[in-house]
Amino acid sequence: MTLDAALRPYLSVFSGRFQLMLQYRAAAVAGFITQCWFGVIRILIFAAFYAGGAAHAPMSLANAVTYTWLGQAFLAFLPWNPDPDVADMVRSGAVAYERLRPVDTYAWWYARALGWSLARVAPRAVLMVAFASVLLPLIGLGKWGLPPPPSLDAGGLFALSAVGMVLLSAAITLMLNTVVVATMTDKGAGPLAAALVNTLSGMVLPLAFFPDWLRPWLRAQPIAGLVDIPFSIYFGGLAGWSAAGAIALQFGWVVILALVGRVWLGRSMRRLQVQGG
Amino acid sequence: MNGLSLYGRYIAASIRGQMAYPAGLAIQTVASFMITVVEFIGVWALFHRFGQIAGWRLGEVALFYGLASVIFAIADAVTRGFDVFGSVFVKTGGFDRLLLRPRSPALQLAGYELRLTRIGRFSQGAIVFAIGAAMTHFVFTPFAAGVLLFAIAGGVALFAGLFILQATLAFWTVESLEAVNILTYGGEAAAEYPLNVYARWFRDFLIWGVPIGCVTYLPMLAAMGRADPLGAPSWLTPLAPLAGFAFLGASLFIWGFGVRRYASAGG
Amino acid sequence: MPQILVEELSKTYRIAERDPGAMGAVKGLFHRRWRTVEALSGVSFQMDQGELVGLIGPNGAGKSTTIKILSGILEPTSGRCEVDGLTPWRERIRHVARIGVVFGQRTQLWWDLPVIEGFDLLRDIYRVPPDRYAATRDELVALMRLEKLLNQPVRQLSLGQRMRCEIAAALLHEPQLIFLDEPTIGLDAPSKLAVREFVGRLNRERGVTVILTTHDMHDIEALAERVIVIGGGRILADGSFAALRAGVLAERRLFVDFAGNAPEIDLPEVRVVARDGRQTELAFDPRRITAPDLIARIVAAHPVDDIHVEEPLIEEVIARFYDLHGAGES
Repeated sequence: MTLDAALRPYLSVFSGRFQLMLQYRAAAVAGFITQCWFGVIRILIFAAFYAGGAAHAPMSLANAVTYTWLGQAFLAFLPWNPDPDVADMVRSGAVAYERLRPVDTYAWWYARALGWSLARVAPRAVLMVAFASVLLPLIGLGKWGLPPPPSLDAGGLFALSAVGMVLLSAAITLMLNTVVVATMTDKGAGPLAAALVNTLSGMVLPLAFFPDWLRPWLRAQPIAGLVDIPFSIYFGGLAGWSAAGAIALQFGWVVILALVGRVWLGRSMRRLQVQGG
Repeated sequence: MNGLSLYGRYIAASIRGQMAYPAGLAIQTVASFMITVVEFIGVWALFHRFGQIAGWRLGEVALFYGLASVIFAIADAVTRGFDVFGSVFVKTGGFDRLLLRPRSPALQLAGYELRLTRIGRFSQGAIVFAIGAAMTHFVFTPFAAGVLLFAIAGGVALFAGLFILQATLAFWTVESLEAVNILTYGGEAAAEYPLNVYARWFRDFLIWGVPIGCVTYLPMLAAMGRADPLGAPSWLTPLAPLAGFAFLGASLFIWGFGVRRYASAGG
Repeated sequence: MPQILVEELSKTYRIAERDPGAMGAVKGLFHRRWRTVEALSGVSFQMDQGELVGLIGPNGAGKSTTIKILSGILEPTSGRCEVDGLTPWRERIRHVARIGVVFGQRTQLWWDLPVIEGFDLLRDIYRVPPDRYAATRDELVALMRLEKLLNQPVRQLSLGQRMRCEIAAALLHEPQLIFLDEPTIGLDAPSKLAVREFVGRLNRERGVTVILTTHDMHDIEALAERVIVIGGGRILADGSFAALRAGVLAERRLFVDFAGNAPEIDLPEVRVVARDGRQTELAFDPRRITAPDLIARIVAAHPVDDIHVEEPLIEEVIARFYDLHGAGES
């Protein structure tokens, strides 16, 4: 089979999902509004903290603001929940029927997760960038907005790191899917996963703010690649070789999580085949 | 069977159903607890670095944080039916079945599920509050306790009203509008810090617009025996939670309007 | 070389049991009891390419389990099963690429997608060459009259419409073996006829092997020459429906409309089932007296307006069969 033919099902489900999610424009706008609010709260809190004295701050207030806006723009990449279709399948007892499709189940779900996350992020990111990079400066609040990356290098490295972010997000979503399948409840590890993802990625608070002795560990763990690494590269907090190293770490984790996830999903599906789903 | 005991039966059934999956329930409760622990770590880290915010120290902020968490946890636990209203009831036509029963649909939705897993968030809120109380040597006078309970009641009413409003929107847009999350989840997030850290326009919205500040910030000040740094009169602060009840009343009114329109339009 | 080979297939499940009520729920948190269920036990049969076989049995008898094993999504506890030389659950991807499956209660299409987009997605999943796909799709759309439905999301379709789309979807990749699990359930009469007619033609003209699971005995009567009856996880019968009927309920029915009031019929080989005004229903064993003989005798003795012969209701035959084998609903 040619590569093109082999990939057909996966490309198809990716674009199908992507197009479907793009239809939910109302949800994108609603999400954008919600996220603006949360962004504003975060920024106000940062500002209040910084107003009390910024001596020990690991980054400037402006960078903290940049980080916050980026976080809101790309929020939908955070893998909080398993794929809702998979949760549905488990709930209705129909997961086993997924095996009626002549495709590799992991790759199938991975392509779907990619389509799902990209389609959810794209409109919100565009709106958020329009708001924070264009609108805020226009009304004189540029200081509180989202500036572009400081250099071409930073921009290029950020783009690369963003790819890693997307791939990592899908790999973690697949892990969450597997938890749901393995436990046969549609609730799985949802809330706990969301909490860990939020904190360890740096979404709740940039990892740099955590106590200094924690930082090496926080930077090394896989979830940092979802938020902290790409955004730090964006405003130049991570630059040059340390940025390159961080990107390598990101992709390394993608590979590891994908392999582990694949094996685990295979086992869980096999168990369903025996148990009857 | 009167409404309250029917509600009790619904809740008991919901609890039994959740107990059928012990592993899932245990995981979820622990998870719910962990979530808020993990989120509070972020707050702790900021104080570790900066020391104080707008004149408040960590212990004091913990009190506000805990109160907001507890209120939200309770409201969230009891309004699950409204939370999933759009996707479970309107989209599938399941609401018709509720209307076919000789009971108020609001009551049935209230009894849809009592999310046991929210115990996690509740206990985390309570623990954070307790820690804050210890750190600030909080004095539990009867007045303070009364004001806090009143605040919790009013807060639950307010947030329940918000969830009901969110569900009511589903009559028009099928999916419950995510934008209202600004006020529910966003409101809770904002209430975690004392309101005077925010810019003025923000504070004003949270007191006069959607009165979240009236059920968290103001009564907390009264319980702490502090004057409002922003100048609200001290006879007002303990009574502020009334705004929560008023809000709930208004929400139920709008809900009723939505139900009548749904029934007349044929769903 | 048979297309399907099933030998001593067995499947045992372990199911967790819990006492009812609140105390039971709490106890269930700490201590689980298990119960074993034998869903299938020593099932064996073979099928050749081009057969149309009805798989029937009471609820919980093991029909779905058999279908799931044959389709590859369930692994048996023991036994051998081969379809076109492949072991379904072991060589899953290769196997499922060659079969079509229709489950009456659920859809393989995507709820929110228009039907045609679901079809296109299936084309890519099954890697059907685009020109073949176009021809097959157009033909199926014409045969099942789907033109007006193509652009509607699946969730907006009625059950009958959905089932027609479902059947078309299962055939887009031209499988040579299809499983139909309750395909006519919940359909209105015209839709049922359409489905039956289509399946029958598919089998006769294209030689597609069809395994049909159903509770609707008229489906069986219309389509299946061969019937396998499963009860309590075992095969109770495997052969033609006529043979099944003969073994269970040999009698046939004679309905007579007399010109005047229905007279007493007192013949040794005949049992009066019902008598009402001018009409009488008689049961007779064709081995003891043939239909022409009986008719001749009655008409000779009494003036008759109308007369016709019927087999007993299929449902009666089957119900009787289940009874005889103690295979009622488990």
